[in-house]
Amino acid sequence: MKDETIGIQGLAFHEPLLFDQGSKGRTACSLPESDVPEVKPERLLPKKLLRHDIPGFPELSEVEVVRHFTRMSQWNYGVDLGFYPLGSCTMKYNPKINEEVWRLPGFSRAHPYQPESLAQGALQLMFELEQYLAEVSGMERVSLQPAAGAHGELLGMMLIRAYLESKGNPRKRVLVPDSAHGTNPASSALCGYQVIQIKSGPKGCVEPHAVAEAMDEDVAAIMVTNPNTLGLFEEHIAEIAKIVHGKGGQVYCDGANLNAIMGISRPGDTGIDVLQFNLHKTFSVPHGGGGPGAGPVGLKAHLAPFMPVPVVERKGGRFVLNHNLPSSVGKVRAFYGNFAALVRAYAYIRSLGPSGLRRVAEVAVINANYLMKQLKGHYHLPYDKFCKHECVFSDARQIPHDVHTLDIAKRLMDYGFHPPTIYFPLIVRGALMIEPTETESKETLDQFIAAMKKIAEEAEREPELVRSAPHKTKIARLDEVKAARQPNLRWKGKGPVEESAR
Amino acid sequence: MYPEGLHYTKEHEWIKLEGDQGRVGITHFAQSQLGDVVFVELPKVGKPLRQMETFGVVESVKAVSDLYCPVTGQVLEVNSSLESKPEQINSDPYGQGWMIVVKIAEPKELRDLMTAEKYKAYLAAEGH
Repeated sequence: MKDETIGIQGLAFHEPLLFDQGSKGRTACSLPESDVPEVKPERLLPKKLLRHDIPGFPELSEVEVVRHFTRMSQWNYGVDLGFYPLGSCTMKYNPKINEEVWRLPGFSRAHPYQPESLAQGALQLMFELEQYLAEVSGMERVSLQPAAGAHGELLGMMLIRAYLESKGNPRKRVLVPDSAHGTNPASSALCGYQVIQIKSGPKGCVEPHAVAEAMDEDVAAIMVTNPNTLGLFEEHIAEIAKIVHGKGGQVYCDGANLNAIMGISRPGDTGIDVLQFNLHKTFSVPHGGGGPGAGPVGLKAHLAPFMPVPVVERKGGRFVLNHNLPSSVGKVRAFYGNFAALVRAYAYIRSLGPSGLRRVAEVAVINANYLMKQLKGHYHLPYDKFCKHECVFSDARQIPHDVHTLDIAKRLMDYGFHPPTIYFPLIVRGALMIEPTETESKETLDQFIAAMKKIAEEAEREPELVRSAPHKTKIARLDEVKAARQPNLRWKGKGPVEESAR
Repeated sequence: MYPEGLHYTKEHEWIKLEGDQGRVGITHFAQSQLGDVVFVELPKVGKPLRQMETFGVVESVKAVSDLYCPVTGQVLEVNSSLESKPEQINSDPYGQGWMIVVKIAEPKELRDLMTAEKYKAYLAAEGH
């Protein structure tokens, strides 16, 4: 590879653990002399609780600590730094206006125990956000409480269970297609349901006859991810909903992929009873490092009596919190959910407006299809049809050269790109799932496409180069198997610098 | 790669008859698709299982998969050596990589399973 390609070069520092830095007696602060008499700890604490020395306790100066964390932050790769084909599935670009809006003191300094009369703005925002989300999804009510997508799924299944219980029978099973999100079976199981997997058809979609065969009076619900994890729109969703409703079941839609259909197709219009929104995906709320996200749940009117409390209502010209829902499943989150995340989603919706949201979906889908078309001749495409917001390739063409999905992903780093999702969805062997999102320019997409094509070429001509990638990163390829089998979780003493570090 | 005399499931488990008991593991195909196995979760001895009920989980660097019991029965033995040496599933899937031994409750269920020959044909039909 030539030197002008992007990659980590130049001032890339090696950084030892804090434990391996500093020296005895060094400190980052100086305390004033105590003006009260010193009392020996021995007089206050039992002997067995006394510790004179903490082995290996790091002692460092302020600048050493600052440099340590700043250097490590420079090793990070994020969506603000470069293209990140994990897409909205992980987190898309967060427009900075969202941050500005939630930092307004009326929002950022609001206290959950503030009286309603002094929190009218915050309550109005929640009230309106519920309406906007209902409008986008075609649902009738929205609970803003859940803190994450899977948390929303859980609430959705709790609502279904509560509803069916109120009808006299909670039922036993939930149908989950193999193209659904991995958390769906877990959410069903947590609500006490046995999970039945439905195989998708040859075109990558759930087929009505497969649902009809599995559907009976013991099935509480089906959980469909639409668009599904192959990035395909479930074409038969309305018919599937009809089949499930026909036997008294409920239809849950995992809305994690709403980014592809927002403003174009409304799940509520296709017979969906419940769905969760992933505000930290579709509505550009940040959730790096695992949170906090927000997974509001949209629902049809027949499930409204079971919503978590409180709900925001308008009385006269004022907004109030209603705690009085006798059939509520209870609270699923302290107070009102992750409020700061809600403010960001609100800012996103208001700054784009209805036509802007639709444009997001259109461009996300166009970008994904452009990538798919460009790479189709170079990588195996198991489901060759128009995709939604993401496309799924496999390593089938590279396997004859003993180059696998993992190698391709690692090699991408040498070209300055974060690897896409790999080995998911499970129904595609050696899957490479690429989701560019709407924010990426054609130039960026073309650079990524060029890198992917180059890798496909390398896999044929210099497979070893790909198999041993990455070559330009700070750390060479990690032994993931050893890391999982013999994890080294605790610092065990000052030792030589790891061999793999360069 | 697919020994004669074993019975195979569509989910890529095998069971070997030992009197009224059956020894269960995953096939060569399953381990090769999973890649390096890093963790196995197995049931407790005594657990009753229905045919094709999940009895545990196998995890590789690539994926996590459920394990399905080929027949109805009760768990008599569990291969606890897999806890510290899950790599045995990759290196010797039909030997040291065995997972559980079950007391077979319904011998006629074995008829639902495939012979080595049929399993090979099944893999071929699935495009492997």
